[in-house]
Amino acid sequence: MHIPDGLVGGGTSLGASVIATGTVVVCLRRTGQVLDERQIPMVGLTAAFVFAAQMVNFPVASGTSGHLLGGVLAAVLVGPWAGALAVTVVLIVQAMLFADGGLSALGLNVINMALVGALGGYAIFAGLRALLPRTRRAVVVASGIAAALAPVMAAVMFTIEYAIGGNGATSVGTVATAMIGVHALIGIGEGVMTAMVLSAVLATRPDLVHGAGLVRFAEPVPIIEIETVGASR
Amino acid sequence: MKGHASIGGFVCCGLLVALLLAFVVSRQASSSPDGLVKVAADKSLDTNIRTHFMSGAPLANYSVTGIHDSGLSTGTAGIIGVTITFGAAFGLSKLVRATRSRAVADNTSA
Repeated sequence: MHIPDGLVGGGTSLGASVIATGTVVVCLRRTGQVLDERQIPMVGLTAAFVFAAQMVNFPVASGTSGHLLGGVLAAVLVGPWAGALAVTVVLIVQAMLFADGGLSALGLNVINMALVGALGGYAIFAGLRALLPRTRRAVVVASGIAAALAPVMAAVMFTIEYAIGGNGATSVGTVATAMIGVHALIGIGEGVMTAMVLSAVLATRPDLVHGAGLVRFAEPVPIIEIETVGASR
Repeated sequence: MKGHASIGGFVCCGLLVALLLAFVVSRQASSSPDGLVKVAADKSLDTNIRTHFMSGAPLANYSVTGIHDSGLSTGTAGIIGVTITFGAAFGLSKLVRATRSRAVADNTSA
């Protein structure tokens, strides 16, 4: 899912970098307002885990692979703002040290994977949480569905970027069909892995899952209200 | 209050899982191009792609220059990446949190 340099034109890439930088600044400010002291190492762990998971490409269709994008996982674990920052850190480390994802394309990649994944994905997660019963299982189901949709949303965003400034003669419709098709398959992997990791964390330390504290549980689970604790200081 | 239970142990366990993914499981990763790269190649979107500015770097493409065993090279690059990413995200959130603490002293509407 990492866009290399030159796939999307310079003007569009620059515009994307401006939008990405502005949104990341908002994420930094919001994180500063809501992050609890105890979540600081969790943000580090979340980023480290997403980096590691992104190294493990899994096969999808013939001759194609995909990897976890991790936006929804990060957002449900540490909240959407810090989650978007965690994935942004991963993308910067990958571009700067591992030659994965272009430098001029960094803004595009931050938009597609960190912002669409963590902020957009979290909005879907929160919407589903409102519809589903207030149980721990619902947290897993809602995050699995949101995570399954995140790669498709990233594929749609890439198609928009290609439509604006793509360096290619291929029609936007052809690119959209191919991108959405393959990322729907990758989304299945993203959804399953996100649900598995979150159910493991919820089974051991539900108090460390930000998204579990969104609404009260019917079952007596000791969830701390992370945002309330942070805001009271 | 359970909210104050230590999270050091949990974070250490989580990091161990991340390091295992990066050092061991990464060797089993599919070497096929990912969805975007495959589409770019199939649909000829990639004619203007430029070589990455870090393509000659010691960790480029998740392998360490000088380590010839490909599994060990990928695994070592993974350990370095996990460590740097943890440090960067931990440091950034600590910094952002510290900035907030100062701001709150002036403005109590957090």
